[in-house]
Amino acid sequence: MASGNSERDVTATAVKIVVAGGFGVGKTTLVGSVSEIPPLRTEELITEASAGVDDLSGVERKNTTTVALDFGRITINPKLILYLFGTPGQNRFWFMWDELARGALGAVVLADTRRLDSCFPAVDFFEGRGVPFIVGVNCFDDAHRYTVEEVRAALDLDPHVPVVLCDARARQSTKDVLITLMQYVLARTRLASAR
Amino acid sequence: MIVDQDAWFDDAAGPLVRPYAVTGGRTRADTHGLDLITLVVAVREPAGDLEPESLRILRVCQAPMSVVEVAAHVNLPLQVVKVLLSDLITQNLMIYRSAGPSAEAPSPQILQAVLDGIRKL
Repeated sequence: MASGNSERDVTATAVKIVVAGGFGVGKTTLVGSVSEIPPLRTEELITEASAGVDDLSGVERKNTTTVALDFGRITINPKLILYLFGTPGQNRFWFMWDELARGALGAVVLADTRRLDSCFPAVDFFEGRGVPFIVGVNCFDDAHRYTVEEVRAALDLDPHVPVVLCDARARQSTKDVLITLMQYVLARTRLASAR
Repeated sequence: MIVDQDAWFDDAAGPLVRPYAVTGGRTRADTHGLDLITLVVAVREPAGDLEPESLRILRVCQAPMSVVEVAAHVNLPLQVVKVLLSDLITQNLMIYRSAGPSAEAPSPQILQAVLDGIRKL
């Protein structure tokens, strides 16, 4: 361990973006396509009390379970680090979302057009918390392609919420999604401060 | 003492016992309000004995790193890592910087810097 490092300081600022959506929609893939590190995983222990009602009734009785949290990192500059968090997919881990969403710059709700309804809870959550979000429609190869307007109507989104088609595997596509989100967040912030 | 044949724990409990034994059973002794992305860094060598888990944390935190990254690198549950980090901070072995008041909206300057940074990727 290095010695003589008492002048060490933490001068950088960390910010985060949350990537939400149903189970298996490609959240970790999206994070991994732009992260400078392979997505890392940490686990949180959950007691039955905190997990609340569990819809996996019938599984082996257990007092604790774990929920995995996948995340990546982008060093914007030496003073600013961006973390990208994929939300746990299962509904019973909602309580984790509070800490994830707290202080987030914004969120990407990743939608799979084969199972559009799986992203309803995420849309509701961010609308309810006032977290700015956009919808990224992950275009799986074999998926029926909907237009942006069809997805917007199906999700009953406010007209100002951006909806973009994307390929979570492609770095450039993910970059475009994040750029759209940040432009939207900036525009909202400027609008709010102009009021 | 008679040993109860029906042990109160089984194999499934195995990996859970050690982390919480390290924290003395505490799950909410995070006195510094550490968040997922609070940045922490080791600033001093430990003077006395520390649990191996705490030593591992100090070792991976030689450069500033977020709480959630520390948890991933030392492969311990987030709650456990928060408790251990809190203790290390209290012992002045580590310092931290919070992500700022969460109620406060990020400044346009930060938002613009993030946007520019993503564009340059």
